[in-house]
Amino acid sequence: MSSTSSISPNYNFDVVKQFAVMAVVWGIIGMSCGVLIAAQLVWPELNFDTPWLTFSRIRPLHTNAVIFAFGGCALFATSYYVVQRTCNVRLFSDKLAKFTFWGWQVIILSAVISLPLGYTTSKEYAELEWPIDILIAVVWIAYAIVFFGTIVKRKTSHIYVANWFYGGFILTVAVLHIGNSMAIPVSLTKSYSIYAGAVDAMMQWWYGHNAVGFFLTAGFLGMMYYFVPKQAERPVYSYRLSVVHFWALVSLYIWAGPHHLHYTALPDWTQSIGMVMSVILFVPSWGGMINGIMTLSGAWHKLRTDPILRFLIVSLSFYGMSTFEGPMMAIKSVNALSHYTDWTVGHVHSGALGWVAMVSIGSLYHMIPKLFGKEQMFSTKLINIHFWLATIGVVLYIVAMWISGVMEGMMWRSVNADGTLMYSFVEIVAEKKPYNILRWIGGCFVVTGMVLMLFNVIKTITSDKRADKANNLAAQPA
Amino acid sequence: MSTFWSAWVIIITLICLAFVFITLYLNQKNYTGVEEGEEMGHEFDGIKELNNPLPKWWRNMYWATGIWAIFYLALYPGLGSFEGLFGGWRSSNQDIRSIAESKAAVVASKEAGIRVAYDKEIVHAEEVFGPIFKAFAEKNINQLLADDDALEIGQRLYLQNCSQCHGSNARGGEGFPDLTDKDWLYGGEFEQIKQTLMHGRKAAMPAWQASLGDQGIKDMTAYVLTLSGREAKEGSAAAGKAQFAICSACHGTEGQGSLALGLPMGAPNLTDDIWLYGGSERAIQETLAYGRNGVMPAWKDILGKDKVHLISAYVYSLSNSK
Repeated sequence: MSSTSSISPNYNFDVVKQFAVMAVVWGIIGMSCGVLIAAQLVWPELNFDTPWLTFSRIRPLHTNAVIFAFGGCALFATSYYVVQRTCNVRLFSDKLAKFTFWGWQVIILSAVISLPLGYTTSKEYAELEWPIDILIAVVWIAYAIVFFGTIVKRKTSHIYVANWFYGGFILTVAVLHIGNSMAIPVSLTKSYSIYAGAVDAMMQWWYGHNAVGFFLTAGFLGMMYYFVPKQAERPVYSYRLSVVHFWALVSLYIWAGPHHLHYTALPDWTQSIGMVMSVILFVPSWGGMINGIMTLSGAWHKLRTDPILRFLIVSLSFYGMSTFEGPMMAIKSVNALSHYTDWTVGHVHSGALGWVAMVSIGSLYHMIPKLFGKEQMFSTKLINIHFWLATIGVVLYIVAMWISGVMEGMMWRSVNADGTLMYSFVEIVAEKKPYNILRWIGGCFVVTGMVLMLFNVIKTITSDKRADKANNLAAQPA
Repeated sequence: MSTFWSAWVIIITLICLAFVFITLYLNQKNYTGVEEGEEMGHEFDGIKELNNPLPKWWRNMYWATGIWAIFYLALYPGLGSFEGLFGGWRSSNQDIRSIAESKAAVVASKEAGIRVAYDKEIVHAEEVFGPIFKAFAEKNINQLLADDDALEIGQRLYLQNCSQCHGSNARGGEGFPDLTDKDWLYGGEFEQIKQTLMHGRKAAMPAWQASLGDQGIKDMTAYVLTLSGREAKEGSAAAGKAQFAICSACHGTEGQGSLALGLPMGAPNLTDDIWLYGGSERAIQETLAYGRNGVMPAWKDILGKDKVHLISAYVYSLSNSK
């Protein structure tokens, strides 16, 4: 009955297929929300005077949809795929895996409904109200059981490095989510955090930065460690490098949150620790980038012909760039300029679009034909076009935000000879207009690429071309 | 922070740092039993791993950040309640709850020789910019009105501190008075404006719902409408007028407002067509039923009297051309 029965050992690819397709769908929806609010920054009338279309409500929908719906589905899909193939065993529980898929989709749908209606805890990246938070915790625990259960019954002697990262991501996100979402409900749709004041802020950014560190980094490094060597058909560059940077990443990231709260009511020692750990973090982050890019040594020529590999390698370049930029921005005196400006927005997107989205897209292009028993994607040419649309879009976006952000920060701190501020707030907003237009155009490029991807995926799934059996089996472990 | 929690923080921080650098140190040596550059001997779904050494430049960079971290944590506050060797540097006087506490803390840390970054910036700004404002503070309103520089600086101070409520064009909005017209709640003379800015104002229109009841509110609304020359149900307005004595204590018997009576409570003139909270029948009903509590903050301690002097001149200039 199962569509995967011809492949041995008998992997559960049904849940992987579901998550993989939904990753593309949610990617388009989440990024389109981003394009809409980017347009609203230039043409505010685009909120059509409708409360649920305003920036304040669509923005959390955008962040939740791209991080947890697009990124989340990509992580579920690839982790279920990778853990089975590298442990050489079927998923621990099909039923629980199925539950994680439908549970996760229900969570996303409730976000799509509740956020535009204005229900929010007001905690960034954790806006969903308490009933949804409880569902997230339940689904996540099920996910952990499926993933670690599969590891436990593995048929390989060691645990592959990709699974260390996926495992670290799953464990830590559970702790972060439960820790930060602790709240006292006052009604079905409203709750108050159990933390107050500066402690609440600290908990929020302990969670917030580790949503970046574990959800958006560790998980995607897991992806990188499988799909880069697989697509390049080269061995991983350095086992010892992966040991060092794995342990450094999981130890250091958890401290980095306070750098979101420099020059606030947070005690000085907390700010300093956040900054110190963030700066050290720069080096092990580059360890991951080096290990990925150097895996390509001896196969550089493949970049010329393989757009999937190009997605993966360019994603690593963006990873390197944003993990250099982040620690610099965590330094207090740099942060004094960058904080609250568009520079932060640009930094996040160089990570989210350049690294997270591109490594996911590359991995999905690698995985989808294999899942559906096809030799390759319907059109390599379309992948190539998607690659250029994504790359140009991201570069336009982050360059626009660098210029706009640094300009904004400089204008905020400019003073006249008498010490009064040189620019009023609205003058600075007006000055940012061309860069906001550029950012919107960059976003349009990225979304166009995603639409091409969906078309390519549908064509791949529905095409008649089956992979020839020998070829497909060659990819299986002996 | 208690000694226990301070020690707790210090120990955990140091253990974490030691852990990552010991991991680095151990992995610089080849402990794998496999030649450097060779395959590790495990394979996962066709993926092999090489035993390449850590790149030297990367290793060095890693150690450099570690050494920097030790220096930073030794010099600045970062390890629990240890204040750092760098003269007790701190970003600001933390745990401050009032302006008075803040002022006391500035003096105290100065006497103790502690380097408070925020205080230093404030002192510096005071030294550089203070004399400029002091010079303007000695000029009277007529001199300031004739001084374009003074009015421009006043405008900039206004835009940064006042425009959030009164608007960039000073035309106000619902609940926030228009500063460009001739209608004043507490007086439009320069000294009166300055008084408002320095010490703030608290307006209190009581809520009358409980004592007047639904019909009473309707009647009073009708009468208030007639005060500004508008039409209302005659019987109702007459009933309202009969009760107006309770209003006249502040608004005057004719509804002309407290300013016209030389009283300081900021009760608006009800006979003109300027309405702070809206002049529609519904808005007036709401004001009468539930009351209003307008608050103008006191700027004396926030900006200092010299800057308030300049802003007052700017605000005065808006309704008094030179």
